[in-house]
Amino acid sequence: MAGKPKVAFYWCASCGGCEEAVVDLAEGVLDVVAAVDIVFWPVALDFKVTDVEALPDGGITVSFINGAVRLSEQEDMVRLLRRKSKYVIAFGSCSHLGGIPGLANLWDRRSIFEWYYHKAPSVADGGSQEPRERVEVPEGTLELPAFWDVVKSLDQVIDVDYYLPGCPPTPKLIGNAVTALLKGELPPKGAVLAGTRALCHECPLNETKPEKLLIKELKRVHLTKVDPEKCLLAQGVLCLGPVTRGGCEALCVKGAMPCTGCFGPTDEVRDQGAKGISYLASILDFDDEADIRRAMEAVPDPVGTFYRYALPRSILMRSRGVKAHG
Amino acid sequence: MRKPEFEPRIVAFVCNWCTYIAADAAGVARSRYASNVRLIRTMCSGRVDPQFVLTAFEKGADGVLLCGCHPRDCHYSSGNYKTLRRYTLLKKMLSQMGFEEGRLRLEWISASEAEKFRRVVEDMTEQVRRLGPLDLDGGD
Ligand code: SF4
Ligand code: SF4
Repeated sequence: MAGKPKVAFYWCASCGGCEEAVVDLAEGVLDVVAAVDIVFWPVALDFKVTDVEALPDGGITVSFINGAVRLSEQEDMVRLLRRKSKYVIAFGSCSHLGGIPGLANLWDRRSIFEWYYHKAPSVADGGSQEPRERVEVPEGTLELPAFWDVVKSLDQVIDVDYYLPGCPPTPKLIGNAVTALLKGELPPKGAVLAGTRALCHECPLNETKPEKLLIKELKRVHLTKVDPEKCLLAQGVLCLGPVTRGGCEALCVKGAMPCTGCFGPTDEVRDQGAKGISYLASILDFDDEADIRRAMEAVPDPVGTFYRYALPRSILMRSRGVKAHG
Repeated sequence: MRKPEFEPRIVAFVCNWCTYIAADAAGVARSRYASNVRLIRTMCSGRVDPQFVLTAFEKGADGVLLCGCHPRDCHYSSGNYKTLRRYTLLKKMLSQMGFEEGRLRLEWISASEAEKFRRVVEDMTEQVRRLGPLDLDGGD
């Protein structure tokens, strides 16, 4: 490779946490910065789209793209970056699986606009205007990006080479990925750059997890005093460790919070939500429909619980009859 | 010209020990029922991973019927209880995703209940016919 590898960072429908995670490399970020040539990073450095356009196709070694894809502008940008990059890495849960923004797929564009610009209590009396893609003003035409009807994961829009999972990915995994790239020691295309086994295998509380788990009562974590020394699932707190890809070293569990599945499913699973249901069904120790329903009251929102990061990547997405807001 | 009536496609997962035999018996008895159901035979209803159900919908089913042995009659002792738990959760999740009640149904049908099998299939076909085709939204 002649000269330093050229690297781009970009964000789409994102909370900013993934960008923060890059900065969180702390001193490590300096090593990265010294080893690479950053050619595009709108959140931190002043580059323009025209700078990217001016690069030859394939001229960027690797683009790290975080966030889900929801707007026409995001789609245009990721297509441009794909053309200019040798490798594209989906960075973080939103890019990998659709992430938290993907939960908006429970509603369509119409009902989202209806609620946020007309019916929500904060705007209900104001006759608020919906964002329009084109507005004529005396100075000319103003344009806004189009808001798609659905939120997509990055690989539903462009070809993706690797995935860095996590909400956000951990500094260690980012470091490993960058090192692998610099050394040219890359796994086969399409790999998720984290663990291959379920999180429980690396969880420090795994020893306290009973061989056979059967639960009579599910507890909601914010209403429970958690014993930090004991497997959370064994305490009745729904921890998704058994059905989630490892690699994060159980950071949440070490903070007495259950795993919520941000690393996505392991390689064998096609649909995270369906697998999550299957898993809860096998540990819920009731044989009667009424009892099962009652125990399930601790999971008032199954989609938000089992597809928290992966609704856009579900097998079904949604039926045309999605409910309206409110 | 009359518009052809919508013919629902229903995928039925039937367990080897109970409902499959009932379906077979219904066939041997030449009882007539709607031809909308495609049977998939599994060793136990407990073998039906919720991913199978979603895949059936994805591949064009308008309804999915899960069948197993009556409670306490499971050949493997508790597979059907597991099925009931999964079904209860799956139904709740599907309704959040906009699926109408009635597209997923669970029935206990023993080997001797050929007539019940016939009735369930007829009834579900009618119900799904009323609901109309499942319109999955990929958003494009
Ligand atoms: S993956 Fe998490 S941290 Fe990254 S943009 Fe999405 S919500 Fe934010
Ligand atoms: S269920 Fe959660 S707390 Fe228990 S061992 Fe697995 S990851 Fe750790």
